[in-house]
Amino acid sequence: MTRTDDKENRKIAAAKKMRDIMTTYYLDALSASQNNRQVAWITSGGPVEPLVAMDIIPVYPENHGAMIGSSKMGEDLCSKAEEMGYSTDLCSYARADIGCAVVQGGPIGGLPKPDMLICCNNICGTVLKWYEVQARYYDVPLFILDTPVCHTGYFPETAAYVKAQITEYIGFLESVTGKKMDMDRMNQVGHLSLEGQKLWQQVLKTTAHKPSPMSAFDAFFFLALIVTLRGTRTAVDFYRELLTEMEDRITRNISIVPEEQYRLLWDNLPVWHRLKWLSQKFSDHKACLVADTYTSAWCGAIQYIDPENFLDSIAQAYTRIYLNIGIDQMADQILDMIAFYDVHGLVMHSNRSCKPYSFGQMDIMNIVRKKAGIPVLMLEADMVDPRSFSQSQIDTRIDAFMEIIQHKNRPHTRVGPQTDTGRKAGAR
Amino acid sequence: MISAGIDIGSITAKAALVDDGTLVATRIIFTGYNPAAAAREVFAALLSQTGIPEASVRRIVATGYGRASVDFAHKTLTEIICHGAGAHFLDPDVRGVIDVGGQDSKAILLDANGQVENFAMNDKCAAGTGRFLEVMAQALQIPLDQMGEISLGAETPVKISSICTVFAESEVISMIARQKNRRDIAAGIHISTAARVASLAGKIHLGPPVVMTGGVAKNKGMVKALEDRLGYTITVGAMPQENGAVGAAFLAAGI
Ligand code: SF4
Repeated sequence: MTRTDDKENRKIAAAKKMRDIMTTYYLDALSASQNNRQVAWITSGGPVEPLVAMDIIPVYPENHGAMIGSSKMGEDLCSKAEEMGYSTDLCSYARADIGCAVVQGGPIGGLPKPDMLICCNNICGTVLKWYEVQARYYDVPLFILDTPVCHTGYFPETAAYVKAQITEYIGFLESVTGKKMDMDRMNQVGHLSLEGQKLWQQVLKTTAHKPSPMSAFDAFFFLALIVTLRGTRTAVDFYRELLTEMEDRITRNISIVPEEQYRLLWDNLPVWHRLKWLSQKFSDHKACLVADTYTSAWCGAIQYIDPENFLDSIAQAYTRIYLNIGIDQMADQILDMIAFYDVHGLVMHSNRSCKPYSFGQMDIMNIVRKKAGIPVLMLEADMVDPRSFSQSQIDTRIDAFMEIIQHKNRPHTRVGPQTDTGRKAGAR
Repeated sequence: MISAGIDIGSITAKAALVDDGTLVATRIIFTGYNPAAAAREVFAALLSQTGIPEASVRRIVATGYGRASVDFAHKTLTEIICHGAGAHFLDPDVRGVIDVGGQDSKAILLDANGQVENFAMNDKCAAGTGRFLEVMAQALQIPLDQMGEISLGAETPVKISSICTVFAESEVISMIARQKNRRDIAAGIHISTAARVASLAGKIHLGPPVVMTGGVAKNKGMVKALEDRLGYTITVGAMPQENGAVGAAFLAAGI
């Protein structure tokens, strides 16, 4: 088989469909006002289902930020925000979005103007100020859902506090749209949301197979639907199809990385502007990033969702997401993934932008090294801003990391000849 | 069997020859602007110095930032693995390496077999590298290779607070203007660089016995500042700059 044939063979067919769905989704959103539909901007971890139930089109500045990053437009838009006075220390999703709102730039000429903003701080504190800025800029109402951190557990006070806000949230939507929430429809959406999340989880779990039918780089791409179209039939149907394709690949033993030899786990957001380079880099070492902590966050709270009592149960499900739990719990989840996916090493992206994700990585690294005994690599970068990425440094680090993994997994080899032939160097 | 290691650094190119587990000789030259040519040159110089014909060298490993341009190497390996191996062969008891070169610095943790357990490298900037010291030596108008000696006589080292090389340079210049003692400034520079390097060591829990390699290991002031900061003594081998090439040559024997 030629190289191109081989590459063609390994391609995931569902990718085209996914692209079409996303195009339709963005076209719908961009033409919403012409079709008398309302648009809500919402944070990636926010409860989107009530919006879907009320026929409001949810739009995600973070997903848009990822598109800006992938299309390498991050530097320009971030600089624009910096010119406006925002600090380079601010999350690059926020900078790119704020810059983009002003210049209407980016890959799709900017997001549609919002009719309302929904901000849930379960992912970070940055979104609070970011959404306040945008609420002022567009002069639209803002709803803030405050989910207290649950570093050690979920307590009755927290439950009551968040549940009360979910009720307020529905009230807010009813007042902005001037419509009543249809509870039957809400229930339907709740079922679809759960079903979609379960399918997404099953898709992600297929990579436990050796060799892996897809990689984290594919998951970063296929993630978009469970984020943007969670709670819709479209997402459910698509992930069912994707799952079938993955199962078929497993039966036919088609791996995404040719001759997969090493399996790795990725932590933190992707480096959107270097996906191709990174994927090739690891592939050259016959290494597949089989799983990651990021894409699994969109199915990580399934156990708390009760489809029969959806609105009440999402209070807990949206509060206990990955970024809102404690470091020890994060480390436990990572250790579980290391065992489940049977990986040789962990790659941590220390992300200049995302403080809640990157803070604590050092501790997690130590825990993983101690308990799982696998090598851990820390890469300093930024998901959108290429100015925080130094290619030659990262290149060397990945090479060295892979050399360590190769040595560790080559049984009974020592580095070079026996030590007794070594010469003692003269001390200073 | 004879094997060779070629280490192309940002400032110097190094080569080493190993014969059946024994180090034969090393050579060091300036890299210049053409790393590929420097690699050939340093290798040729080493061969003529030892009288060993090229055909007798069975395996060659290239390392260092210019490793990819060494077209006659059989394999490339990163500086991290090679420095670890070099340190281990020269002293099997060593469990940690601190390497400070021209454009980067790193800390390497070794297990009892000399395998690399973990490593940390400097961030995307020149602070904590040889380049930083070079800029500072220029600002102080003292030869780089004397800066270490001069700093040893310091009484009250100054405090340099900027991490950025450019800002630190202006800090130093303003200290010179205020007629601060050169010894004290030089010592302050070493202390600030040592703090950066020590944080790399801390990140991966490096502990003695630790050896220091790289060109900066020849700077006594820097070694002292690092020892003070880390709280333990550091060994400097006879050939700190050639360590990576030596490791590469030993590793070449095993490929
Ligand atoms: S700081 Fe992190 S969680 Fe918050 S918006 Fe930025 S990337 Fe998302």
